[in-house]
Amino acid sequence: MKTFVKTLTLGLTAGAIAAPAMAQELSLWSWRQEDRAVYEELIAAFEAEHPEITVTFEAFEASSYATILSTALAGDSGPDLMMVRAYGAFEAVAGANYLMPLTEADVPGLADMTAPAIAAQTLRADGKVYGVPFASQTMLVIYNKGIYEQLGLSEPQTWDELMANAKAVKDAGMYAFANGTATAWQNETIVSALTSSVVGSEFFDEIVAGTTDFTDPRYVSGLQHLQDISAYFPDGFTGLDYASSQQLFASGMAAMFAGGSFEIANFRAQNPDLEIGVFAAPGEAAEDEKLVGVFFDGGYAGNATTEHPEAVKAFLAYTATPEFGQVFANKLRNITPIAGVTLEDGLLNEIAELNRAAVPYIMLTNFRYEEPSGSVLLQAEVQKMLAGESTPEEAAEAVTSGIATYYAPFQD
Amino acid sequence: MPAPTLNGISRTPARTPRLRVSGRGLWITFLLVPPVVVMALFVIYPIFSALAYAFYDWQGLARGDFVGFANFEKVLFQQPFAATTWNAFKNNIFVFFALMIIQNGLGFILAYALWRDLPGARFHRIAVFLPVVLSTVIIGYVWKLFFHPIFGAVNQLLKAVGLGSLATPWLGDADTALNALIFVNAWAWVGFPTLVFLAGLQRIPSEILDAARMETDSELTLIRRVIWPLIAPSATVCFVLLFIGSFNWFELPYIMVGLDGSPYGNTDVLGLYFYRTAFGNQSAGIQDFGMGSALAVLMFLFIAVVATTWTIYLRKREIEV
Repeated sequence: MKTFVKTLTLGLTAGAIAAPAMAQELSLWSWRQEDRAVYEELIAAFEAEHPEITVTFEAFEASSYATILSTALAGDSGPDLMMVRAYGAFEAVAGANYLMPLTEADVPGLADMTAPAIAAQTLRADGKVYGVPFASQTMLVIYNKGIYEQLGLSEPQTWDELMANAKAVKDAGMYAFANGTATAWQNETIVSALTSSVVGSEFFDEIVAGTTDFTDPRYVSGLQHLQDISAYFPDGFTGLDYASSQQLFASGMAAMFAGGSFEIANFRAQNPDLEIGVFAAPGEAAEDEKLVGVFFDGGYAGNATTEHPEAVKAFLAYTATPEFGQVFANKLRNITPIAGVTLEDGLLNEIAELNRAAVPYIMLTNFRYEEPSGSVLLQAEVQKMLAGESTPEEAAEAVTSGIATYYAPFQD
Repeated sequence: MPAPTLNGISRTPARTPRLRVSGRGLWITFLLVPPVVVMALFVIYPIFSALAYAFYDWQGLARGDFVGFANFEKVLFQQPFAATTWNAFKNNIFVFFALMIIQNGLGFILAYALWRDLPGARFHRIAVFLPVVLSTVIIGYVWKLFFHPIFGAVNQLLKAVGLGSLATPWLGDADTALNALIFVNAWAWVGFPTLVFLAGLQRIPSEILDAARMETDSELTLIRRVIWPLIAPSATVCFVLLFIGSFNWFELPYIMVGLDGSPYGNTDVLGLYFYRTAFGNQSAGIQDFGMGSALAVLMFLFIAVVATTWTIYLRKREIEV
């Protein structure tokens, strides 16, 4: 018996010592099934550098990802590595202590990222970073270069020029904008894509600082401009859902699509012949700063209870390196927050350029932490306003009073 | 005991019934256990856990402090949540009454027509029931295409027959969106009450009908005084199931207008509001398990209490033939 115990102890000790040298198997969960091939390439490059670590990529359906991930984490069967969303949805996971806090010592690449990128993966309660942000999205106007050339139009420098362009397209018997409002969240994207420059960056600084609210005349004016330009949305746009809007633009039936840069990959895939251009919707005057709305998609995070914390940190550090960013940006056609990445795609370069003059995609970045979220309110109110059931003032008032139920700066 | 039972069946006939009983008991147990386990695991346990969840504060997925009835107070009385709850509830009530008239009403008329063997009854008996077996996902998707503001068959048809002025974005217009959903639901489900009523009608003994026909020539009087009371059990089934279905309404609005009850709450129902509160709406909100659970508990209690009371009431007026 004694010998048996001795052997067992010896064996276990040897095993424990040998364990770190043995293969460490990590799982990486994602909602990007369509990006699998590129992730496997990225993982292969990582594994070549770290032969002791293997990473398995597992993708889930995007709309149920949050539920699957949270159920797994709550049941202690979560992955070692995972993609997490940003802002409010990120806090739902990070706030429950499921994620491993990251420092610049763990992930040196974090030091070179911009403050808005880091903020997207920071838990406001403790100020710690829990994820490596991976892509920014830009709200702007995507346009069909073919139609613009055919009608002799150029990228608008003033709001009036934008209206004139839209009118010219409509007069030519085509759809000026492909946008519809039946899908609620589209109402939020069009506000940011079309009115950021009209509203102006000072307003956004002030709203973030809590010194103004959405009844501010600058914001109301933005909503008014949106209502004006909706005259150039397709007939019956209140019943036009997101997928139909995408189809109208991708099929070449519409000249413009106000929305996110994430649409571009899909447009190109649906219609490779489509020549796509982008611009920031202009302000009143040509000299007004042309602004786009920007937010970060999500980040890579580690499980706080992983059995291989060092391997997890090594992988996360890798996701913030220029080598990773280079492949990520150019193969997945995303704009990465990683410094020192060169973009091969002309359009992406243009968007990265536009991002230099950006305001936050405000309801997501700042008002999607409590219910009723700014997004829920804005989406419904803009839908109502564009259906002609309320005025920009009423919409702004309703959004502000909804947020004021929990947000102190709006309560005075 | 084990030895005699081996050949006990042939030797002692007196034991046979007892053996049958124990075999029967075993058989019943065998049949009952799986559904009871499934029910306990997937119905009873979730109901009780939702009940428990509703009394806690939730930070994302982490259960916080016990907050008593705060979540219930929030969804029922605290603005702006209460406004959403009551708006959704109001829509559920509207859906129920509308479907009661259209779906069950039409169902009865169709059943009566089929029962009277009007021309083409055999074909229609199948045709009417066909949409019921289609998946709601397919029905919702196809009808969404029909209602498409630009390419949809409905608007195209209106334009083709010179009624273009009536063309409207059916699902995007506050005045038509909920009605359009109700129409689709009735179209898809009318076969169910038809079938139930038809079964009820076919159970009426012909002597009763012959006797009644000697008393009156009026078909209406016959329906009102004789047929309707006799098919009361069918009506109970149709009414109560429609009530439960209307207040649990989710799939069709979810597929056709999305989670938010677009446009601006006009098609919002409790099922949608519960779902986006409890599980979060990817592109707009955040999840709140506590409030979602409170909504689920309230919905469950409302449906259970009303459905039970109503069933008891409806049962009382049924006549046994």
